[in-house]
This record gives sequence, C-alpha cells and structure tokens, in this order.
Amino acid sequence: MAVIYLDHLSGTPLHPRVQEAMINHINTVYGNPVSDHQVGQQAAQALDKARSQVAALINADPGEIVFESGGTESVNHAIKGVAIGMREKGRHIITTNIEHKSVLNSLRTLRLLEYTVTSLDVDADGMVDPAAVEEAITPGTILISVMLANNEIGTIEPITEIAKIAKKHKVVCHTDAVDAVGVIPVDVKSLGVDLLSLAANQFYGPPGVGGLYVRKGTRVWPLLDGGMQENKRRAGTENLIGIVGMGMAAEMAKEEMPERLPRIQALRDKLRDGLVAKIPEIVINGHPTQCLPHLVSVSIKFIEGESVMLMLDEEGIAVATRSACASGSLRASHVLISTGMDFATAQGTLLFSLGRDTTEADVDRVLEVLPPIVKTLREMSPLYKQERVG
Amino acid sequence: MYSDIVMDHFKNPRNVGEIQDADGVGEVGNPVCGDMMNVFIKVEDDKIADIKFKTFGCGAAIAVSSMLTELAKGKTLDEAMKITNKDVAKALGGLPKNKLHCSNLGADALHSAIKNYLDRKSGKVVDLDKDREEHVASREAQACYCPYCSKQVEEESPFCIFCGADIPHEHDH
Repeated sequence: MAVIYLDHLSGTPLHPRVQEAMINHINTVYGNPVSDHQVGQQAAQALDKARSQVAALINADPGEIVFESGGTESVNHAIKGVAIGMREKGRHIITTNIEHKSVLNSLRTLRLLEYTVTSLDVDADGMVDPAAVEEAITPGTILISVMLANNEIGTIEPITEIAKIAKKHKVVCHTDAVDAVGVIPVDVKSLGVDLLSLAANQFYGPPGVGGLYVRKGTRVWPLLDGGMQENKRRAGTENLIGIVGMGMAAEMAKEEMPERLPRIQALRDKLRDGLVAKIPEIVINGHPTQCLPHLVSVSIKFIEGESVMLMLDEEGIAVATRSACASGSLRASHVLISTGMDFATAQGTLLFSLGRDTTEADVDRVLEVLPPIVKTLREMSPLYKQERVG
Repeated sequence: MYSDIVMDHFKNPRNVGEIQDADGVGEVGNPVCGDMMNVFIKVEDDKIADIKFKTFGCGAAIAVSSMLTELAKGKTLDEAMKITNKDVAKALGGLPKNKLHCSNLGADALHSAIKNYLDRKSGKVVDLDKDREEHVASREAQACYCPYCSKQVEEESPFCIFCGADIPHEHDH
C-alpha cells in the first residue's frame, strides 16, 4: 500500500532535481571552500551558487545568507547572537506564546543568564496584536522575535507591521519563517525584518541544513566559534552537500510556486470543508484567511490525537498530532492553549500538511477513512457520553 | 514504537463499553493530561464476573485498558487488587518508556472500581465529579520544580541549574 503522506510540516521528500544536484555534487566536488587551490575553489563556487539561489528565494543579497545546520540552529543563532551582540544596549526580549520550541528554549537559556523576556498571548485565531508588541517595548529591549507562520495552526502573523514598530524603536526584529519559506512567497525587503530563519526540509531540500538571513549591519554574534566561514558568523566547514541541495530546492520552490500554491490550496480547502461536513463537533484551528495554504489543523472533540494518528497510519495515511501523549510532554500543545482552547479539546488535534505530490484521490481517501475511525474512538471515550448526557 | 501485542489490543480492544448496573465504577486520569479511563465491574461471589472500560487516550492507554480487563476478568477481588501496573505493561510485551504512565492508569482504575464497590457495600457514597474537578484544577496549576532540591526550574530543563541533578521527564514516573 502506497503511503499517503500528509505530514509535510515535519519534513518533505527530496525534490528529484535536488536529489540529482546532491548526487552530482558528491561525485564531483570534495574540496574545502576555504582552500585557494582549484579543488577548493570548485567547492567555493558550489557554495556561492547555493547562496545566490537561497538569497533569490527570499529577495536577499547573497552576502546576507548564513548557512546553518537547520531551522533550530538558525533560530538559536538569531536569538542568542543578538543577545550577545546587543548586550551593551539591554537585556530585554519580546516574543509570543506560540513560538517553536527552538525560540522558547533559546529564551529559557537567556533567562538563566539574566535576560528578561516578555511573552505575548495571541487571540483565538492565533494572531499577535502589533499594538501589544509596541506596548511591551522598554528602553532595554534589544530583540523582537515573532514567527512568520505558526507550525500548529498555520496562522500568518503581521510581521510587516511588527518590523515597522521594531524599526521605529531601534529594536532588532527576527522572524522564524521556517514553516513559510518555500511554501508561500517570502520577501525579506517587504517584510522589513533584520533576521529571518529558514530550513531546507520544509521545501523539498534535505534535513540538516538551513539558513539565517542577516540584514547588513545587524549585530549578530556567532553561535559557533571557530574559523572565518560564513562571513565570520558561523564557524565550521560547511555541510556543502546539504547546502547544494538547499540551493536547488530554493530554485525549484521559486520556479514552481506559482503552480504549486493554488493547486495545493484547492486540495487543502477540499479536505478542510470535507472534514467539517463529515465529522460533527470538530474545530478548525488557525486564522480563517491569514493561514498557511497547505495545512489543515483540526481538533476533534472527545478523542485523543495519537489514537487517531495510529489508526490512520494503519490505513497508510501519515499525519501529525499535537496531543500531549504523542509529544512526550504532560501538557497539551502550548500553541492551542494560548489561543484559549480548553485542554481536553487540544488533545484531539491533528495536522494534515499537504505537499506537491498530494492528489485529489489522497484527499478523498482521508475523507472516506477518517469519519469511521472517529466514530469508533468516540464510542470508546468516556467524555463523549458525558457530553451527550450533560 | 509499540509491540505487536499493544497494537493488537489497540486495534481490537477487548471489553469496551459500560455496564449499566455496575457494582463498582472507577475513574482515573483526566483529559488535561491526555488520558482518562473508566472501569465498570460486576461482582459475583467476590469475583469479577464482568468488566468493561471506556478510555480517552493514546494508543497505549487504550491497549492498557483492554489488557487490564482481560487480566482482571474472573479474578477474586483480592487477586484483582494485586494486579500491578507492571503486570499490565509486562502482559503487553512492554511499553515505550514515555508511555509507562499509561499503564499506571490501568491498575489504578481497576483498584478504584473495587474500592468503589466496597464503599458502596459499606454504605459510603463517593462523588466522582468532585474528585475529577479537583484533579483537573491541580494539573492546570502545575509549575516545574526540581524533584531533588525543590527550587523552581525552567520547563523541560535537562538538569537542575541549582543542584545539578538530572531531571527525569514528566512522563518517566
């Protein structure tokens, strides 16, 4: 049975052109880009090419791209790099309660080093209020870090407005755009941010490679110390095989986006509307219009997400869950709780993230298989009965 | 991730449902933490004549519930009180470490159903709804403290920044 893969937010398969570029690179290039001989310069050229390809995807200059080991390192670098680079100005950072763990736990580390953090709540659609960001700014504020698109509910945040506020108050603005770059058009110049994190495995590139956009003049200290690679911002010999793959993935994302986006969005709409029609007592998460075009985030009442995920897996359908039991944390998703959802409903959350290979038949299959699974589990659930009687 | 026995009991759970005129009802867990289990027992001649469950929870919680009812059926109350969480996990061919708390749920729910039966027999009345509310409230208010030096620590800390002790994951009871 062929797997219907609807978990593209967890990772995407390699684009065939990416695979081809990486294999070709492995077969022909082995030098170190820092070496001045011809073998090294061949590697340096491959690195430059990839940097230009990634820069083009987000409308940056190639010199503003720092390659990193993935989205997590990119976020760690942005946050901790500004904390060190701007420490003469202050020690206060503003963020939101719905960020990825790489943001939340980078700030956990900074709190141990006596930085203070203001973490803002979001509304029921998961939207951050730019006015609340501005109110939180103090003379000691050095960084505002707000994600571009949320990875659990898909809400796209008003980053352009937040970046304007940051600029007005001379505060550095970082956005974790890992779940947006390569999926929707992202332009660093129109966003107006100083720092932006991206990862290749969200757009059909390999895992283990990502990037940090650093607007010229932004004070970001290195996270990894060592040699002078990456314009002295990220030491260590580059993961050139991965970087070459990321470059090609960026080129393909830019080229295919006008075709990919409307097609995937139409399938997403069909899936979302079909689930609402076929399953009673289901909540659609995230903002109704300002949201990622490839994600359906739902909370199915009275049942727990992992059991649904396992039953779908038995049917050859791969989806993600944000239930506490699956994530290994005793608590329900911090993102959903922040939107005001009750703990029990949050436990029944499933994420369907579509991709460039998703077909209409895949969506039809989910709509056929899921309703009876929900029925079976609800009949087993003590909450379902209580709700009915009460 | 799960053993074949766990997957079998998850996919084909035994003894699902309610007993309308149950002699004892046990309820443990709560939806805040991700699992909640109800156990219904029918007692005849000091033996568990019938047992059914309803569970809200992950694959492991459902498999544990199913296996528990299989282990308890036909046992005397004394024998059933001796069924431990470890017995259930063992009968399932083991559980992943972060799912062991789900097996705690199983035996606790059974013991609570037996206790409920004995309470009813001796004339005590138990308010299950009140218990549940208190349990839910206590979970929501939970902050993170080092289990060794009791100082408040950041969530998901790998070790305590004050005393240096490794902090076990919340699920690794």
